Amino acid sequence: MADSVWILGAYMTKFGKHPDQDLVDLASEAALGALADGGVTIHDIQVLAAGNVTGGPAGIGQQLQKQIGQTGIPVYNVTNACATGATALRTAIMAIKAGEADLGLAVGVEKLSGAGLLGVTGTQRAEGDPWLPSGRFGSVARMDGWVGTDTMPGVFAQIGLEYLHDHAYSGVPLELFARISEKNHAHSTLNPLAAYTKRMSLEQIMNDVMVAYPNTRPMCSANCDGAAAAVVISDAALRRLDPGQRRRAVKISASVLTSDPWREACQVLPDVSTLTRQAAAIAYEAAGIGPPDLDLVELHDCFATAELIHYDNLMLCEPGGAADLFDSGATWRDGRLPVNVSGGLQSKGHPIGATGLAGIWEVCQHLRGEGGPRQIEGARAGLAHVIGLGSACGIHILEKAA
Amino acid sequence: MAAQVPLVAYLSLGEHPCLIARQCRSCGARFFDRRNACASCGGLAGFDDVALPPEGVLRTFTIVSVAAPGVPVPYAAGVIDVGGTSVRANLVNVQADPGHLSAGMRVRLSTFSLGHDRDGVEAVGFGFEPAGQAEEGDS
Repeated sequence: MADSVWILGAYMTKFGKHPDQDLVDLASEAALGALADGGVTIHDIQVLAAGNVTGGPAGIGQQLQKQIGQTGIPVYNVTNACATGATALRTAIMAIKAGEADLGLAVGVEKLSGAGLLGVTGTQRAEGDPWLPSGRFGSVARMDGWVGTDTMPGVFAQIGLEYLHDHAYSGVPLELFARISEKNHAHSTLNPLAAYTKRMSLEQIMNDVMVAYPNTRPMCSANCDGAAAAVVISDAALRRLDPGQRRRAVKISASVLTSDPWREACQVLPDVSTLTRQAAAIAYEAAGIGPPDLDLVELHDCFATAELIHYDNLMLCEPGGAADLFDSGATWRDGRLPVNVSGGLQSKGHPIGATGLAGIWEVCQHLRGEGGPRQIEGARAGLAHVIGLGSACGIHILEKAA
Repeated sequence: MAAQVPLVAYLSLGEHPCLIARQCRSCGARFFDRRNACASCGGLAGFDDVALPPEGVLRTFTIVSVAAPGVPVPYAAGVIDVGGTSVRANLVNVQADPGHLSAGMRVRLSTFSLGHDRDGVEAVGFGFEPAGQAEEGDS
């Protein structure tokens, strides 16, 4: 059994609109914040993994180095859709596990304010232009909107409704998903770094703009700007540090990344369940703990419909029992297993490259007892989960230093 | 008869329009686009075209109200189980409203015109409509 890898420092910027800060500014704030939090400097870092999805071809990692310190270390620029931040973290962890580094830095950053609807591609054909087949399906016009939907709210709406149908849910789907969203918006009021911190009533959520039934606007993750970072360290190197640093270090009990195994239906509608279940099984096995041992979970609620199915995928409930778990109140912050006490992607925001590391930061805050007004008292173990469509699933299980 | 082109290459037009899947010769997995090897079994034996039956069961759906510019809203989109093959499509000839759609309902293939280009060529799209509703009409 290899030695553990630890999180020594972590940082999350305020999520929201940052018109005066570009990608490099935001990444720098997060990187320097994580280094300071861990009590180290850029000179201690031996590997850098930097994640960004929409910022263009220039390597964000090298740009970051030019902003905070060029030390010649290996840089990995990673992208994995909405699992990019978790992938950056895992890349740094793997370098440490491989024995190539004692300390690594993982950064994720995105600028998405005003980005609008994600997932839609294709151009509009001018009236009268010849119909010309193109692309992998030989289509003569845009497929999105004519052959089903590519919009993310629509994709996840179908995933959520399929789950309810498969498990013979007898309630009102719109209301169930609105109540999940109500929980996360309520949680966000305690998180000053969230993009939106407004409590919303069930009626407000249900009557807001319908984006893709049953997902109304407040049930959709918020496009915004933000960055997050973590410093990771080997067991051996941690032992050489001060007691104060060791006490705040958080143990990475599992770090898992999966992709889609073959499933018939995932060819036409993304299957975010199978790879999450596989990642969860591997993570629980690696950590030697199970769902009952978790004190909090930050899961990928890119839409309210997604949160529901991931209760089941992460095995927080009996198979098919996600709605019952939610109805029991367990996933509210005062419940048995608080989920998304940060406010989740629906209110905290979803700067996609940063999201995975922001979940890590949130769990660390609680395990260190530094969660402030939203601290989950006595938290000893937490799980952070993200999904990037296509798909990639990242799961990290973190535990308080013994 | 004016020329027609299908919206997608896997839609076969003619008197009885149908969808055509490419079926792996090794394991039977089906695809609607080209693959270099089978994503299910990794097999290199190649693929045969197979016609899908016209009817299926709606597995899930959504009603999209916010879409990219140029896409008429609201529209209903879903996944249909057509004899064990999953197909994604719009739901047509039905109100785009949760009261008129439900997972588990039977649906069948229907085609519609997307308009003519300046050379008079007509593009034909497809969707699935509730089966048992509507008399034989368009096609």
